Amino acid sequence: MTPDRSHLDWLESEAVFILREVAGECARPVLLFSGGKDSLVLLRLAEKAFRPGRVPFPLLHIDTGHNFPEVLECRDRRAAELGVRLLVRSVEGSMRRGSVRLREGESRNAAQSVTLLEAIEELQLDAAIGGARRDEEKARAKERVFSFRDTFGQWDPRNQRPELWDLYNPRVGAGEHVRVFPISNWTELDVWQYIAREKLELPSIYYAHRRAVVRRNGLLAPVTGLTPPRAGEAVEELWVRFRTVGDVSCTCPVASRAATPEEVIAETAAARVTERGATRMDDRTSEASMERRKREGYF
Amino acid sequence: MSTDDAGVLAFKNGLRFFGREIHPAKKAEIMERPAEAAPDLARPPHEGGNSTVLRFITCGSVDDGKSTLIGRLLHDTRQILEDQFAALAQASRRRGFAAADLSLVTDGLEAEREQGITIDVAYRYFATPRRKFIIADTPGHEQYTRNMVTGASTAGAAVLLADASKGLLAQGRRHLYLAHLLGIREIVVAVNKMDLVDHDERVFDAVRASFAAFAAPLRIPSLRFVPVCALAGEMVVARGARMPWYRGPTLLEILEGIEPERAARARPFRFSVQLVQRASGARRYLGRIAAGAVRKGDEVLVLPASRRTRVAAIHTLEGERAVARAGDSVALALADELDVSRGDSIAHAAQPPRATRELDATLVWLAEQPLAPRARYLLKHTTRTVGARVAGVAHVVDIHALEPRAGRSSLAMNDIARVALELAQPVFADTYAEERATGAFILIDAASGHTAAAGMIR
Repeated sequence: MTPDRSHLDWLESEAVFILREVAGECARPVLLFSGGKDSLVLLRLAEKAFRPGRVPFPLLHIDTGHNFPEVLECRDRRAAELGVRLLVRSVEGSMRRGSVRLREGESRNAAQSVTLLEAIEELQLDAAIGGARRDEEKARAKERVFSFRDTFGQWDPRNQRPELWDLYNPRVGAGEHVRVFPISNWTELDVWQYIAREKLELPSIYYAHRRAVVRRNGLLAPVTGLTPPRAGEAVEELWVRFRTVGDVSCTCPVASRAATPEEVIAETAAARVTERGATRMDDRTSEASMERRKREGYF
Repeated sequence: MSTDDAGVLAFKNGLRFFGREIHPAKKAEIMERPAEAAPDLARPPHEGGNSTVLRFITCGSVDDGKSTLIGRLLHDTRQILEDQFAALAQASRRRGFAAADLSLVTDGLEAEREQGITIDVAYRYFATPRRKFIIADTPGHEQYTRNMVTGASTAGAAVLLADASKGLLAQGRRHLYLAHLLGIREIVVAVNKMDLVDHDERVFDAVRASFAAFAAPLRIPSLRFVPVCALAGEMVVARGARMPWYRGPTLLEILEGIEPERAARARPFRFSVQLVQRASGARRYLGRIAAGAVRKGDEVLVLPASRRTRVAAIHTLEGERAVARAGDSVALALADELDVSRGDSIAHAAQPPRATRELDATLVWLAEQPLAPRARYLLKHTTRTVGARVAGVAHVVDIHALEPRAGRSSLAMNDIARVALELAQPVFADTYAEERATGAFILIDAASGHTAAAGMIR
């Protein structure tokens, strides 16, 4: 008897099946791609799903304009290596159009929903593939793999389509779309194990580096041009790495000396705090903040 | 969330802990220990890449401890991290408990808390050094048929909760029936709340006997029983000290030992084309092997073309291989140039699926919109979508009596019926009992695009 496939093989095969279903059933899909680790995993899966052919859908980055340069560099390099078209739509564009108005100091993270919905409308997309995982947050635990959004881009947790076997239903009417989450069943640990197995190159900030931070509300907030220290805060330079990478103004690193995927896996396996709990200021605002944002069209 | 929480408090205390209120002191006592011990324990090492995946469903009614059992599984396998645990402890204190109530791990969405209901199937994850687990956690009350059918459709095993102090109830019979209907071959009955019956072996034996008697005519391939106390963590992950008379495996040991994929590999080869790729001259057919195995050089039958050919190459995600098996996503190249498109079938030449435009099926109605007799639906079977209509309803199963009742022509949400379907194009099918992947289908409402029903071919 040959040995069973590993859990990574199982997850990979499932994700590839989902990506091929999108290509087979959807007319105008995009793959949401930021250069962050989950989207790099997603792109690798797409690469393997269609090899030796090209990834049959463009990439779309919803850009807050507050980026880590290492991540943008990785985004552009991977898109160029695979010869896939990269579309960028920016929150700043939405601000210029007046569809996004932020209060002084408000994070642009939630505003990405508006820009994404505008891009979906502009590009007439019927599917947007994303790297969200059900283990991230409890509002995601009930998310479908193919998640239906109405003409306002809203997620209605009460009116989700039942999803049975691997018979996904991506059927949409005019102006509606589906969000597709091929790595729904992956955990943070699975993602890191896959990165190690595939020898995926990540932006360097996912590994330990020295960075100026301040301690704020139990988190380590990075000190950048956009996020200067507040009055009375002491700037420290610490060894840190990012577990998630989003908008600069609301993503925090964790203290770490892990310099390789294997060392990150060891840390993740022993982690005491969830990925979002350790790193995202906006998710802490309210227990239900992710759920609210999702209902409004967030990733 | 303080105002929301007050409502939940009333709801949860009223429902989830109904029937347990006679033991408040006992509850506080047994919950203290794990709550304090938790943050000091590290998660077990995970053998990267060497474990397989088991998907299972948990079924139970509101007050038989399902949430506590799931919380216990996650907690004792060290999946609950500090921030989650802190949130849990905080919520528990607000709800009047001294220690963290593990059942709150499965607490749902704000939208649900507002209404005091559980809407939907939730998926939860944990891993041991041996394997990764995906739990489909289905609510036990509202719309339980729809939710349980959804969760069970992808499950390789079912854990049915029974309350030791109540034995086999009507709900337990329904769960067993539905798990069996959805083709789950591995069913584990966790006889919970053994603390309420003084951990008495005779009570466990009596519950087991009643389940076994009810299940006998269903001929479930594997039906196992384990006595547990989820609240105190006995026989879930750890054995505990109060049931020395039980010498069988713990619930986790049972789940670690189940091998649902083995059976799928022994069956004849089934493959449905997802996409056709024209790369470097030769055509490749992309898809995931639904059943059996395929070797380079195997003779296969292509449907609907009804042509025989040989497998010229198998490209897996890791490169070309001589063999691939059920569950593998591959690209196949065939020896002959044939007209093959998405939704076509490539199968074992000597034991092919049945090409048919008429189906005898068990249908579970999922949509709020009832079945419109003679209306046109879309039927998605494997990667193939065809027009369909329900030509007749033979009977509807009375879910309470678990008996067929004739005389209905429409179906409402949660109805289970035996129907005849007519299809605009053939599908290439096996019976659901033979092969889930090629025996299952969904009906899609052609007008709204919503999923209307789940079907199993007889």
